[in-house]
Order: sequence, then structure tokens, then C-alpha cells
Amino acid sequence: MSAPARPAPESAETGVPRRANGPFSRSNLGATLAGGYLPLILATLVMVLPLLWMVVSSFKAPHEILSTDLVVLPEQPSLSNYEAAWNSVPIPRFFLNSVIVTTIGSSIKVLLAIFTAYALVFVRFPFKRVIFVLILVALMVPPQVSILPNYVLIAGLGGVNTYWGIILPGLGTAFGTFLLRQFFLTIPPAILEAAEIDGAGHLRTLISVVVPISVPTVATVALVTIVTEWNDYIWPLIITSEASRMTLPVGLTALSNSEGNTGSGWGILMAGTVLVIAPVLIVFAMLQRHIVSGLTQGSVTG
Amino acid sequence: MTDPSREVPGTDAPRTAASPTPGSTAGRTSPAVRRRRRMSRRSRRDALVFLAFAAPNLVLIAMFTYRPLFLNIQYSMLDWTLGSRTATFIGLDNYREFFTSDAGLESLRITAIFTLFTVGGAMVLGLLIAVALNIDVPGRGLARSAVFAPYVLSGVGVGLVWLFIFDPNFGVLGWILRQVGLNSPDWFLDPEMSLVMLIIVYVWKNLGYCAIVYLGGLQSLSQDVMQAAQLDGAGAVRRFVSIALPLLSPTTFFLLITTTLNSLQAFDLLRIMTPTGRGTNTMIFESYLQAFGGYSRAGYSATISVLLFVILIVMTVAQILFVERKVHYA
Repeated sequence: MSAPARPAPESAETGVPRRANGPFSRSNLGATLAGGYLPLILATLVMVLPLLWMVVSSFKAPHEILSTDLVVLPEQPSLSNYEAAWNSVPIPRFFLNSVIVTTIGSSIKVLLAIFTAYALVFVRFPFKRVIFVLILVALMVPPQVSILPNYVLIAGLGGVNTYWGIILPGLGTAFGTFLLRQFFLTIPPAILEAAEIDGAGHLRTLISVVVPISVPTVATVALVTIVTEWNDYIWPLIITSEASRMTLPVGLTALSNSEGNTGSGWGILMAGTVLVIAPVLIVFAMLQRHIVSGLTQGSVTG
Repeated sequence: MTDPSREVPGTDAPRTAASPTPGSTAGRTSPAVRRRRRMSRRSRRDALVFLAFAAPNLVLIAMFTYRPLFLNIQYSMLDWTLGSRTATFIGLDNYREFFTSDAGLESLRITAIFTLFTVGGAMVLGLLIAVALNIDVPGRGLARSAVFAPYVLSGVGVGLVWLFIFDPNFGVLGWILRQVGLNSPDWFLDPEMSLVMLIIVYVWKNLGYCAIVYLGGLQSLSQDVMQAAQLDGAGAVRRFVSIALPLLSPTTFFLLITTTLNSLQAFDLLRIMTPTGRGTNTMIFESYLQAFGGYSRAGYSATISVLLFVILIVMTVAQILFVERKVHYA
């Protein structure tokens, strides 16, 4: 089959896959590489290389980091930075604290979001619309604006350097409620009527009818909540001063204050950074579709 | 966004329809009264269910999101050292200080520069990458993930990675500059260069969001229009500039608002990369530094928070107005 005389990039754009005219056919290979792959590879490298550098550096010996010549790969990759991070600061403790705060915090948040969204959509109540608008407005309030009054309150209650002090102020969830409500609205009423005729109360309906058909949306909310909670910084930073309660980002800040900018600590810092970044990266790699859709929700298609 | 005014009809239907039970009405009250009474009993029970389900979340939001907003206004009129039991009411003096002092105006200037360049940078680069991602070649899914990944990573982690890269003595960037005979700028000590560094890193971390949203916009463009233009002899560049860009304007406007809001709230990178905030003290960072950075000036910090919130509200209202417009647009 003689390839049509159409110029290559256009066939790539209109995107009807035809073997003889595919992106890798002889006539298109050059154009595909230049027009399609070069920008993609460039973009990917710019995004991936810094993270790769972090990982590689975390395995380097101090003299390889402190060298003014570039040492790309460590001669003898070693875990000594991880060991040093492990021994010099309570990194396992930070990690454990992050896990505790993230697990408890996001479990409660997801539950609260499910119950609130169900109430807003399926239970009769006056002023529901007003309540929903108030939740929407709360979505727009950045947590940074509320830290000072919250600090005064929580510190007054003795919540400094406690798990509940870290978790409590962030528990109210406008984001999850909003996302789940939007999904619940799309559930056909007939399904709920059937449950009601069967004599199911609201709790039964919620648990055995609504949640099972909302699993993808609940998963999206859960993932975004977990990632946000894991990365959360400003509040744990303010409410903790003892290493025993610091989360990983706060602990890294302390480590950076003591080791950073001197040079010698970079390897250790990169090892600690791997610990805060890698879990999210792994979760993202496995479940990115949910995370991306959750984070770009309400943007274009809506 | 789905229309928030939509309600699910008929969830109450079955019982309402079944409530007047004919035949068994041999009572003292008329069916209508009985029905109303049963309805009110039912709606009272519904109200209780609603409260049991929603109240915990609503109370938390009220306590930790709304209460601080109002308290900030109160705090902002105080001369109050954080931790002190006494405070002096000073009216609007804090606001006067912000708008007349060098430090306050500097913070406004830095906020404006940071927001302008991060929004512009992330959107322009995001659009270019979206165009690259929109070309249908195998393996673009991987590139898509790579581009979006930094957006979900910890700001502290990303900040540390880049601090190491920017380190004038041991960083990769300094090494590259030395290879071409340049000296590394003092990213950490020169306030202007610190701001440049932060803008670069912030754009790197956030352009994936713009790219993915733009990609969604590009993919929803009508192929008919593009092909018609192609048949009329419009080249790829011409099609992009004259057709795709105007059609993407709702996406552009949406991104303009959301990325501006995000940039105004940027904190993690600023705090980890420039702990003392010299040259990088945007309003949100300045507010933090004033209260928690050693000054303990709670009243002044709250003042900056109030001002920032006013700015955010203005942007949000703009967004709501835009969403209205977008509905008619599409």
C-alpha cells in the first residue's frame, strides 16, 4: 500500500491509527521523533531528572557529594546516608508519626465526607442549600489563613506536641464532601426507592446501597485526602516542637536547619527526602488516574 | 462543575404515597391531619438523621475554618504578643503599618512578582507541554504521569531536592554553570536571586496541573473545526493560534483564577527553601513569620491574613462569575 501523500504530523494529530501510515512507519519516523517525541522526552526529563538526582545522591558517600566535580553515579552505592539519617535524627519516629497522623486523619475525614454528602443529598432538612454554600465557601478558605486562631485555641487546650492537636483542626472536610455530593446527585433515585421499600433506614441505605456504587469516587477522595495529609506542612510545623511528635516534613525541616547548607548533610537530607517523596510517588504511579481526576475535578469537562 | 441547585426528586416518594392508608381510617382525626402529623414526625426524624450524619463535619468546619476568619478580624485590631495574656486595642494601626511600612510594601511587591511569574510561567509552559502531550504517540501516558507527578509531591521534599541542586558549591546547577565559565549566583543569600529560585521551583512543581487541565481542554476541541481549517489550508501554527487558543479561552480563564489562588497560598516551598524569608516573604509567608518566626506579633500577623483573605475572596467571586459565563459559553 502506497502511503498517502499527506504530511506526517497531521496524520499523527488526526490520530486514526493505520499501520502503513502509523507514527513509526518509514515515512513518518523522522517527523514523529522530531515533532512528537522530542518535546515529550524533554518535558519528561525536566520533571524526572531532579527526582532521579535525589535518589542517586542519597546513595553517595560524603566525599562524592562534597566534590566540586560532578559525580553522577556513586562508586559504591551505600545505605550509609539512610543509616546516618536513621541514627542522628529520629527519622523512623517521624515516619511513624506521619503514618499515624495520615491514617487516623484521612480515615475520619473520608467517613465525615461520606456521611455529610449523604445527608446533603438524600435526607430532608431545611436550609440544606445554605449549608452547602457554606461548605463551598469553606473550600475557598486556605488553611494558612486560619493557623493563628487555631494555634491559640489548640495550644490553650494543651494540644501542642500531641497527635490529637495535629489531627483535629484539619478534620472538617469540605473537599471530600463536595466531590462526593456531586457524585451522589447522579445516583438514580429508583435505586434508593427500592432500598426504602425494602425497609432500609438511612444508615442501611448508606452502607449497603450508596457506598458500594460510589467506590471509585470514594477511592478518589480517599487518595487525595491521604496524599494531602501526608504532605501537610504548615499546621504540624506550628503545633509540634518536640521530635517525638514531628511528622516527616517537619522533621526534615529540623534536619535541614541543622545539616543543610553546610554541605556535609546533603546525602542524609536526600535520604530523608526519599522517605517523604517515595511513598506518594509509588501510590501515584499505581493509582494516578484517580488522583489526577480528583485534583483536576471541576476544571474542564465538569 | 455540576449545577449545585440540582436535587434528587422522589427520595421521599414511596412512604408519602403509601401514607394515607384507606380503609383503616376509622379514627377521630381526618386523614389530612393524620397525614400532616405523620409527615412532621417523619421530617423530625429526617432532621435528626441529618444532624447525626452532618453535624460533626459541620461543627469542625465552623470551629476551625469559619471561627478563625472572624477571630482574625478581631486579632488584627490588637497589639498582641503571641502567648501574652494581655493585648491592647489599637484600631486600624496594624493595617496602617502594613500599607505604609517598607516591610509591608515589600511583602506586597514580592507577592505580586511571585504570583505574576509563577502563574504566567506555569500556564505558558503547561500549555506548551499539553500541546506536546496531545500528539498521539505511544508512550505519551508515561510522559503525562511524569509531568503531573511533582504536583502531588510534598513541598518540603521537592524544596530540599532543589536546594541541593541550587547549592552554589555542591549543586548540579553550579557545576553546569562552571562548565560554561559562569559563576553560580548566590541563590541562598541574595534576596532577588532567592525569589528567582523559588519562582523556578514553584513553576516546576505546578506546571503539571496546568498541562493536564489544558490537555483536557485540547482534547475536547471539536475535530471537525480543526479539520475544516486544515482543508482551508491553515497550517498547524495558524490552527493553534487562530482556532485552538480562542476555543481554549474558558480553560485559560479557569486556570488563571485557580493558579492565582494557589500561588497566593504558596507556603511549603518558601518556608523550606528560604527559612528566614529574605526576599521571598510573600503575604502568607510574612504572616507566618510575624506570628511564628520569632516576632510573635499575633495582631499584625492576623492583619496580613485578613488582607490576604480579602484578596482571595475577590478572586473567588471572579471565578464564580466566570463559571456562570462558562455555562452560557459551552
